Amino acid sequence: MKARLAMTALAALFAAITLAPLLWMVAVSLMQPGEAGRFPPPLVPADPTLAHYRALFANQGMGLFLLNSLAISTLATVLALIFTLPAGYAFARLRYPGRDTTVRVLLALLLVPGQIGMLPLFLELKALGLVNSYAGVLVPWLAGIVGIFLVRQYALAIPLDLVEAARIDGASEWRIFRHVALPVMRPAIATLALFVFLGSWNDFLWPLIVLSDHDLYTLPVALAALGRERSQDIELMMAGSVVTTVPVLVLFLALQRQFVGGLLAGSVKG
Amino acid sequence: MSAGAGPGTAAATTVAAATRAERRAGWLFSAPALLAIALFFVLPTIASLALSLTDFDIYALADIGNLRFVGLANYSALLGDPLFWTALRNTLWFVALGVPAIMLVAFAAAVLVNERLVAWRPLWRAVFFAPYVATLVAAAVVWKYLLHARYGLLNHALAAIGLPPVDWLGDPRWAIPAITLFVVWKSFGYSMLIFLAALQTVPRELEEAARIDGAGWWSRLRHVTLPAIAPAAGLVAVLAVVSMFQLFAEPYVMTEGGPAQSTITVLYLMFDQGFQWWNLGLGAAVAVVLFGCILVAALAPAAALRLFRGRGG
Repeated sequence: MKARLAMTALAALFAAITLAPLLWMVAVSLMQPGEAGRFPPPLVPADPTLAHYRALFANQGMGLFLLNSLAISTLATVLALIFTLPAGYAFARLRYPGRDTTVRVLLALLLVPGQIGMLPLFLELKALGLVNSYAGVLVPWLAGIVGIFLVRQYALAIPLDLVEAARIDGASEWRIFRHVALPVMRPAIATLALFVFLGSWNDFLWPLIVLSDHDLYTLPVALAALGRERSQDIELMMAGSVVTTVPVLVLFLALQRQFVGGLLAGSVKG
Repeated sequence: MSAGAGPGTAAATTVAAATRAERRAGWLFSAPALLAIALFFVLPTIASLALSLTDFDIYALADIGNLRFVGLANYSALLGDPLFWTALRNTLWFVALGVPAIMLVAFAAAVLVNERLVAWRPLWRAVFFAPYVATLVAAAVVWKYLLHARYGLLNHALAAIGLPPVDWLGDPRWAIPAITLFVVWKSFGYSMLIFLAALQTVPRELEEAARIDGAGWWSRLRHVTLPAIAPAAGLVAVLAVVSMFQLFAEPYVMTEGGPAQSTITVLYLMFDQGFQWWNLGLGAAVAVVLFGCILVAALAPAAALRLFRGRGG
């Protein structure tokens, strides 16, 4: 009993340290201007205020950046699903010449970090007229190899007999994909959607490169720019951080089981 | 194609058994994704190699006619540039400090979350994983202030136990350890999950047997747990190395590469050369060098192990 209490206390202490920066972020975002700069640094706001949030939305265009982030993450998720689901299914359950070679090549490509090709990709998109647009930010999410393998992993669980029976019944390949495979792959769809949404929401380097128009900035790009102008304004910066990261933290907490399960399926088995 | 395989179930998995419609569907279903990967991933990656052999700069950006093939001149320029060596040294420091720290913290967290004596384990697991989900830029902004010399909480905590304050992000000697601390906090949850998956494969009976035989906690960890999770540890190490080689947003937000360029990383140098100064040829050379480093770091452990085993057996 004593050991149980001690071990739980240890876990709680570890968890408190882990959460401290995020809790402090919320606390400071509610403080009066200049309050966080006092000594000793206060942990809770003496007189909580939402003034910094109002200032962000009224003067800094935070509402627009929030909309940009929402639009880009939603579009990235939809596009990634459209491109990835049929491919992952084909690699797992359709038989055609060249399939196994393709899968081996893609597996090797997993070792190539996306940043390596960023300079030529920028030039390529510039030639296509896609630089400084939503489309430019979205392009890398069409080519998600990790997502294809995640879907393939789940699609391998579709019983071959089920597919074969549908074929004998005269169903077209598209119909089989749509009405036999997709229902079985529902967990894969949810996991992939969650990954792409969070990934595109948190993404920084590529939107920083491809977006030059201030009005198109996503939240992380806008927050980094704000930090260079208003770095002395701690309370405002913390409010900006809350607006940027709380939506994804809430999403994670709501869908925690899905997320952790999907990550384990994708990273360890895949 | 397994031509020798008999009819029935074995044949059902071969291409030969597929109808024309199925073969056509296979290509049609995978074509959009493969096309996107070819156009927006493979082509730019290969083009990086080509670009690194040119003097592509702001003049070539304006008029492609100004582009010249310069051979390996960009690479020799890099080797002669002190800033490149600073960036490489900084990056290696991040790897050397960050990888063991991530492994240690992630393993401790996984053991804690896997320990049956601990109550509310799913809650702790979610908490430990939360920083990994948080937006990198926002978290880096928060840590920039946590690490602030005067009003940062970390120095306040140090003062409470009688230690002198440290100018974490303002002192070139402390900036890398300080950012590493942030990176460990941000990313250990992911590695913890990999360790956790491995720990859950350790049979409880084995653990019980060792306990009954009188093995203490440490001895059980050493002889039962650690051997079982060795492959997972290898995976965690490789993933941590690869991610530490790709630090960019952390120094960009927290220090802008400073103080005195003490936190410039290789990826930061690529960004600066390519998109601040528009030396895209030189930037591409940096990208190729970075790729080489990552490839060596990711493949070397497995290759070394194979060599070692080959000699032993």
